[in-house]
Formats: sequence, C-alpha cells, structure tokens
Amino acid sequence: MNAGTLALAALGLPFCSFVLLAVVPPLRRAGRVAGALSIAAIGGSLLASLVLGRTLPRESVELTWPWLPAEGGPMATVGILVDHLAASMLVLVALVSFLVQLYSLGYLEHETPPALGRYYAYHSLFAFSMLGLVLASNFLQMFIFWELVGLCSYLLIGFWYTKPEAARAAVKAFWVTKAGDLGFIIGIVLLWGQAGTFQFSGLFQMAADRTLPTAGLALIMFLIYLGAVGKSAQFPLHVWLPDAMEGPTPVSALIHAATMVAAGVYLVSRVYPLFLLTPDVLALIGWVGAFTALLAATLGLVQADIKRVLAYSTVSQLGFMMAALGAGAAAAGFFHLLTHGLFKALLFLGAGAVIHAVGTNDIWKMGRLYRAMPQTAIVFLVGTLALAGIWPFAGFFSKDAVLAGVWEGGLTTPFLMLALTVFLTAFYMFRVVFVVFFGNRPAEGHPHDVPLVMSGPLWILAILTLGWGISLAASGGEEKAHGPEWIPWLASGLAVAGIVFAWLTYQKRAVSADALARTFRPLYVAALSKFWLDDLYGGIYRGLLLGFSRLVGWVDRYLVDGLVNLASAWTLRWGDGLRRIQTGRAQDYLYGVAFGLLLVIVWSYWR
Amino acid sequence: MGLQPYLILAACLFTIGLFGVLTRRNAIGILLGIELMLNAVNVNLVAFARFTGETAGLIFALFTISITVAEVALGLAIVILIFRVRRTVEADNLDLLKG
Repeated sequence: MNAGTLALAALGLPFCSFVLLAVVPPLRRAGRVAGALSIAAIGGSLLASLVLGRTLPRESVELTWPWLPAEGGPMATVGILVDHLAASMLVLVALVSFLVQLYSLGYLEHETPPALGRYYAYHSLFAFSMLGLVLASNFLQMFIFWELVGLCSYLLIGFWYTKPEAARAAVKAFWVTKAGDLGFIIGIVLLWGQAGTFQFSGLFQMAADRTLPTAGLALIMFLIYLGAVGKSAQFPLHVWLPDAMEGPTPVSALIHAATMVAAGVYLVSRVYPLFLLTPDVLALIGWVGAFTALLAATLGLVQADIKRVLAYSTVSQLGFMMAALGAGAAAAGFFHLLTHGLFKALLFLGAGAVIHAVGTNDIWKMGRLYRAMPQTAIVFLVGTLALAGIWPFAGFFSKDAVLAGVWEGGLTTPFLMLALTVFLTAFYMFRVVFVVFFGNRPAEGHPHDVPLVMSGPLWILAILTLGWGISLAASGGEEKAHGPEWIPWLASGLAVAGIVFAWLTYQKRAVSADALARTFRPLYVAALSKFWLDDLYGGIYRGLLLGFSRLVGWVDRYLVDGLVNLASAWTLRWGDGLRRIQTGRAQDYLYGVAFGLLLVIVWSYWR
Repeated sequence: MGLQPYLILAACLFTIGLFGVLTRRNAIGILLGIELMLNAVNVNLVAFARFTGETAGLIFALFTISITVAEVALGLAIVILIFRVRRTVEADNLDLLKG
C-alpha cells in the first residue's frame, strides 16, 4: 500500500466508527460494545500510521481533489499532505488516542452504557478530526478540522453536562478559542486574497520563489498565529485550559495535553516557511511563548487540584514549544511537542488513576500513595522526571533542544524566562509527587492500584518515554541540540535544584511552605487569583458586553417598542372616537346621506 | 299650466316626506314619509310624461306604484315583527347597529 492509501485509511477508520455510532442508536447505547468498536477503529488507524511512518519516502506525498468549482479552475481543493511532520504527528495522535480510549474503558466503568457510547462516539469524531487536521493539505480544510476538534473539545469537556461547572467550562473553552479562531479565518481569507490559493504546497513554492506579495503579510501571519494562541492556550487566551479540566481525566490527557492543544504548535510548524518571511511575528511568538511558560509555571505553583497543576504545566510547556518556534528552532519545538505529548498524556492518565482511586482532585487529601499504588507511583514518577527534564528521559533532550534553539535564536530574555521556568517546573511537579505519593499523612479510604486496562496504557507510555530517551542518549543524540555545551548542564542543574527544593519543602519540611508564601506574598496572592486575568475578562465581559447589551435592550424596550406602542395607542384612541358617531339609529345614517347628497348638489351647482 | 308648478309640488312633497323620514320617531310614520317621497317621484314622472308626450314616464309611474305596494307590505311586516320582539316601534330604541 502506498502512503496516500495508508493515510486515508488512518483517517477513514475513526470516521466510519463515528458514523456507525452516530446513526445506529442501539450500537451506541450498548456502551462497551461501542467502546470496542471505537478502539478497534483507532487501533487500525494506529497500525496504518505506524506502517506509514516506517515506509514514508523522503519527499512528501500529496493527494488532491478539486472542490468549490469556479470559473478558471476550482477555488479550493481537498486533499492530504503526508510528510515527515504529518507522519510523526499522525503516529502521536493515533497512539495517544488509542491508549486513552483503552484507558477510558476502566476509568468510566461506572458510567451508564448510553453515556459511555456517547463518550466513544465523541472520541471517534475527535480522532477523525484531529487526524484530518494533521493531514490537511490546505488552509481551508485545516480550518474545518480545526473547528471540528474545537467542537469535540467542547462536547467532551461538557461530557458531564449536568454538572454546572463542566457546562460552563465547556462554553468558556469554546468561546475563548473562538476568539483566536476569528483571527485565524480572517488571516486565511486575507492570505487567499494575496496568493490566490489555500494550498500549502503552492504557498510554500511561492515563498521559496519570493513571489508571494509581502505587503501586509506580517498582519496576515499574526492573524493566523492568533488561531494558534487560542488553541494552544498562549497568553492571553490561556484561561480556558485550566477550566477545561472539568472534563473526564482521559479527555484532558488526550485533548487538553497531548493532541488538540498542540494543534496550534503544529499549525505554526506546518506553515513555518510562511512565518519565516515575517521575522517580527516570529519574534513575537517567541516572546509570548516564553512569557506564557513562565506565567503558567508560577500559576502551577499554588494549585491544590492535581489536574490544574498539570493543566498549567501543559500551558507552560506549550509556551516552550512556541518559544522554540519563534526563535527559529522549528524542529526543536516540534520535537518537544512529540515528547511532551507522550509524557503529559502519561501524567494525566496517572493523575486519573490517582483520582479514580482516591475520589478527589485535591492533593492535600492524598498522601503516601506509593504504598497503595506502587505501579501508578512509578509511572507518574517517570512522567514527572521527563517533564522536569532529567537525563535520560525523552523530555531532557527536547527541552534541551528548545533551550539551545532559543539561545541560538538570540532571544536572551526569553531564554532566561525559560530557564527560570525549568526550575519552577521541576519544583511544582515534585511538589505534587511528594505530597501525593510520599508525604507523612496517608490518604483517606482504601486506594488500590488500577486494573490492567488502565495500567496497560500507563506502562506503554512510561516505557516509550524512557525508551525514547535512552535510545536518543545511546545514539549520541541524533537530534542533539547545536547550542553551547553548557546548556544541558544548566537545564539539568536547574531541574535538580527544583527537585531538591521541593524535597526540602514538602518532604523534609526543612523549608516552610508558609514562610515561602509569606516571602513572595505579592506573587503568591497574584498567582492564587490567576493574575486577575479571569476577573479582567469577566469585568470586560460584564462592563463592556453586558453594558452594551443593556444599552441595546434599553433602545429596544423604550425606543422601538415605544414607537410601536405609540402607534397602537393612537389607533385605539382614534378608533374609539370614531366609534361614537356610529349611533346605530337608521335615521342618523339617513341624515348623513341626505346631507351628503345636498353637499354634492351644492358642489356640482357652484362648480 | 306649465311644468314648473308640478315640479314645485313634487319637490315640496319630497321634502315633506324626507323630513318625515328623518324626524318621525314611530316606524309607521317613517314608512309614511317614504310613501310621500315615492309619490313625489310619481308626480314628477307623470308631469314629465305629460309635458314631453312620451308614455314611458306613465309606465314608470305604474311600476313605482306597484313596487310601492310590495314595499309597504314588506315594511309593515318588518315593523310588526320588530314590535313582537322588542315591544316597541320607536326608531330611537332600535339601535342594534351601534358601534
């Protein structure tokens, strides 16, 4: 089979599964059967992606079909574009989707069968949309899938829609990402106006030939970047991601850690040749990325909800990727996307196992779980070490590459921000580890290790995270960073310092956490209130939007309605007045006739 | 004698009839007024027939007389029915058309 057929198969299987689950209600209501069907479909996709990744030829494969017929050739095409980038992403998406769907069978075992079937229908739709986004060969198609994954995110965050917080979080995620998508679509249309094509290959050709009109290109690329800001939770649109944690934990692992939120990074990587033409926008991407990384890391320090810590760390790591892209190290950013996808999915699924066992998200109600859940503790530790960037886990190499890329890109201040973030990341992640798995207070209840259907995916991800890192270390770092020698040492040193500091604070209690909070009191208070960003947006919403709505409401109620009411009142009054001349007596009418006749006669006489 | 005295007579009759129709309170009186107006028309028709020598006016007058008979019969029947229902034939009380 050639690459195109394989890619189409990978794309088509989840779609078939979704259609089957959507149009055959008995199948969907069967619950676990629906799950098995969805898992089989995404398993097939995974196989196809793996074979595709193995057999991928050097140059990219593109299949296109005409769409939107217009005079002088089709206005747009649909198609798939498979190259190294897409194939890697395809494997990641299919793998994490497969493992998460498998894991969900255990995690959501207490759901009713119809709810489980609905869950898997959404999951199939998500897998299809995400794979379609990865394989899209033009902007228009990418935008369609981009919106579809946004829809799936909305549906899955709001999976427990009877919970008000979940429903609100779903709406918030939808609207905040839409704010970015608005820029994205405007950018696409403007770019089409400039270049006359949506096709990536055509645009890249024009970029290479320097035939792409550069007037206003910076604005266009900035608008397209806005889409990535919304989707990849970059400052200032990152506020939706922590709230999205209201969804089921496997959903957070798949959509809000490994795949969908990485779509923004993927978008920038995908059209990187175009971004290279606008260095200013790239620099902005780098700065915003680094700032997001630092901001989210400080927010992650104070969270008590284990999933929120992970959510802020996701935002932070997305900032790393964006910073690398902005600094010109596209390969490093994408490399970090792939490794992060693995170990963050691992961390979320591990957190899910803990939540499943303990029944709460609050880390202060957990403790000493390594005794009750040794397997989970080990895999969670693997994920944490990878996220902290400890040799020889995969995260070490990608983080190192990102830091080196940012340094080489000449973004010194962002580099310093990222270095500080490395320290903070290690600190807040090991804070969670020490509090949840070690600590001196045992957790309430009787936590137990998770069943095989849940621990299997955890082990696979842990082995991949470690195995990939070891293979990179053994090969001497084929994708080794080209930066200065001291960067890996600096990053490792900072990470170890963070771990030791967390150990001192939360395990040995040699450093008092309260004293730390007092020392950094302004920062602590600010982080607890999420830097007032949510309040700011809430205020803007209330002040501006609600104020405007009130004004419009007033105009409608008193001006528009007033005019209508005035007209009807006048009609009533006149009608009432005219009614009184209708006496009902025939003689009065005759008077009228006679008088009228007289008038006509007089008038005709005098005329 | 010329045409004019007849026309004046007819006009007087018509006006008296109209006055009766408009001012009488009793339904019978109104019917009588209508009779007067119709007869004024008859006078006119006959006068013009005589003056011009054409017989069409005479025939019209005959028609009018016969139709008037039917009309009076119908009108009186209605008045009697109204009396049976409302126990009155005072025109001022018959105001069901009031808006």
